[in-house]
Amino acid sequence: MNRPMRAVIAAPYAWLGAFFLLPFVLVLVLAFGTNDPDAAPPVALGFSLENFARLFTDKLYVAAWLSSIRIAGVSTLGCLLLGYPMAYAIARATPARRPVLLMLVMLPFWTSFLIRVYAWMGLLAENGILNQFLRWSGLSAHPGTILGTEWAIHLGIVYAYLPFMVLPLYVMLEKLDASLLEAAADLGAKPFAAFLTVTLPLSVPGIVAGCLMVFIPAVGEFVIPDLLGGTRTLMIGKVLWDEFFTNSDWPLASAVAICLLVLLVGPIALFQRQQAKSLERVE
Amino acid sequence: MTDSIVKIEGLTKRYGAVPAVEGVDLEIARGELFALLGGSGCGKTTLLRAIAGLETPDAGRILIDGQDMTGVPAHRRPVNMMFQSYALFPHMDVTANVGYGLRREGRPRPEVARRVAEVLALVRLEGLGARKPAQLSGGQRQRVALARALVKRPKLLLLDEPLAALDRKLREGTRFELVRLQEQLGLTFVVVTHDQEEAMSMATRLAVMNAGRIVQTGTPHDLYERPASRFVADFIGVANILELTAGRWLALRPEKIRLAAERPGDTTHAVAGRIVDIAYEGDRSLYRVATEGRGTMLVSTTNVARTRDGAFRRDQQVWLGWSDEQGQPLDE
Repeated sequence: MNRPMRAVIAAPYAWLGAFFLLPFVLVLVLAFGTNDPDAAPPVALGFSLENFARLFTDKLYVAAWLSSIRIAGVSTLGCLLLGYPMAYAIARATPARRPVLLMLVMLPFWTSFLIRVYAWMGLLAENGILNQFLRWSGLSAHPGTILGTEWAIHLGIVYAYLPFMVLPLYVMLEKLDASLLEAAADLGAKPFAAFLTVTLPLSVPGIVAGCLMVFIPAVGEFVIPDLLGGTRTLMIGKVLWDEFFTNSDWPLASAVAICLLVLLVGPIALFQRQQAKSLERVE
Repeated sequence: MTDSIVKIEGLTKRYGAVPAVEGVDLEIARGELFALLGGSGCGKTTLLRAIAGLETPDAGRILIDGQDMTGVPAHRRPVNMMFQSYALFPHMDVTANVGYGLRREGRPRPEVARRVAEVLALVRLEGLGARKPAQLSGGQRQRVALARALVKRPKLLLLDEPLAALDRKLREGTRFELVRLQEQLGLTFVVVTHDQEEAMSMATRLAVMNAGRIVQTGTPHDLYERPASRFVADFIGVANILELTAGRWLALRPEKIRLAAERPGDTTHAVAGRIVDIAYEGDRSLYRVATEGRGTMLVSTTNVARTRDGAFRRDQQVWLGWSDEQGQPLDE
């Protein structure tokens, strides 16, 4: 291998080393330290498992973990229920229309994520556009407020991550051989039975990929629960932020980060195995 | 036809403005092995798919066993189809693929298992029930597709190019196998094929299609010996088309022409010529002869005698002789 070639390969590894591996080691070291509010930075290095123990014994953290997984899980299910029919319709559209429909799915990415979440605040606030409309139209004189509830978080996550669900499902459904459905019909399967016995099982790799692509980032999501969920909802990403910036407990915040990472390695490994398996099937 | 299983009346199917099938009338009798023969794009597959209910005709109607199939969806028609691509379900093993149609009918499990085992034995696939389609050879996949289409004992089995994906050796064996199954089960088969040899050797009757229309229907013997048009004469086998008068031709098969070194005395026509090419095929030889006044003609001889170099050689001056009743006069 010649020198420029080596440089091309080395550059991204150097980048990952400097901006991922090094910070990760730093966080790992911090996580085993203890909190020392008088020092700057407020950490006493050492080897203590106290932070990790607290994460799994303190009710607050356990509740935050559970609610993160629950919120991410429910939102993922929401994305799947909404995304599957969308992906199915796009895959069944005429080939000329598909790029336009896919473009519409991608369109939100043209605006900053943060701005789109702020827009939802404007929609869901007490005097937001939704409530103004409800009062103006007379549908409800005293509508409740969605902003600040768990519903708002679900709405935000489903909205923000829907494209990540639609795209892998679309890829799977688009390459589904139409003659398989004809064969099913020919053998006496009603359209819905054909869907359940042929389309659905053959799109499982797409379902798994889509769910993991939504679930993994949603568990650690911070911006959406912080801006839409208000103070009452507990999510682990928010806990991490609070420990770090509000309580200045760097070691505990680091321990949360490490646990989050370890928790997500499982689904990521599952995702990669699924990818490898679906590649095998194609070959 | 008194006992027809399929009756097609004035069937037309267009894609946009282009007609794929136009004004087709056809009757197929119970127990026939009927072939739809034609080149690619002639409409034969569209016609088959219309019978299966996978295409909606723009005009005309299809009756199966006396029942008008207009508006009846594919899943409620008493026919099964073997797809050209086989369309086996990749996520199901052989047993599940073959049993699919019976499970959709809600048959009890023991019955499904028994009938699947029976049909797998029929197509000689015993012991492969647990394999996935990806683990089978091309020939085995073809038989799974056949078993899956046969298991419901349909009134009518539609086969779309059933042998096209097999290699030559396997194709010939499978051809006889299909005929054996059809006779043994007493079913009606409709086979779509582009291979005239396949159609001729399998079918009890066949229809030749061109540009969306049926140009001739008959037994293989009828079509070969009495083609109705230059198209059929040319499409089925090889024919010399000789112009009789303006707008009238004679279709003359190569094996009906006498090839001799001397002028034959007992034929009504004789022309002299020179052999320009010889294709030796072992059992027979095909000669291209440049004649005086008739252009290049094709003649074949059966190699009955065992000779050292063959009876004729290239560039030899020969005579060709035939009588009018050996050929078929054509108007179109």
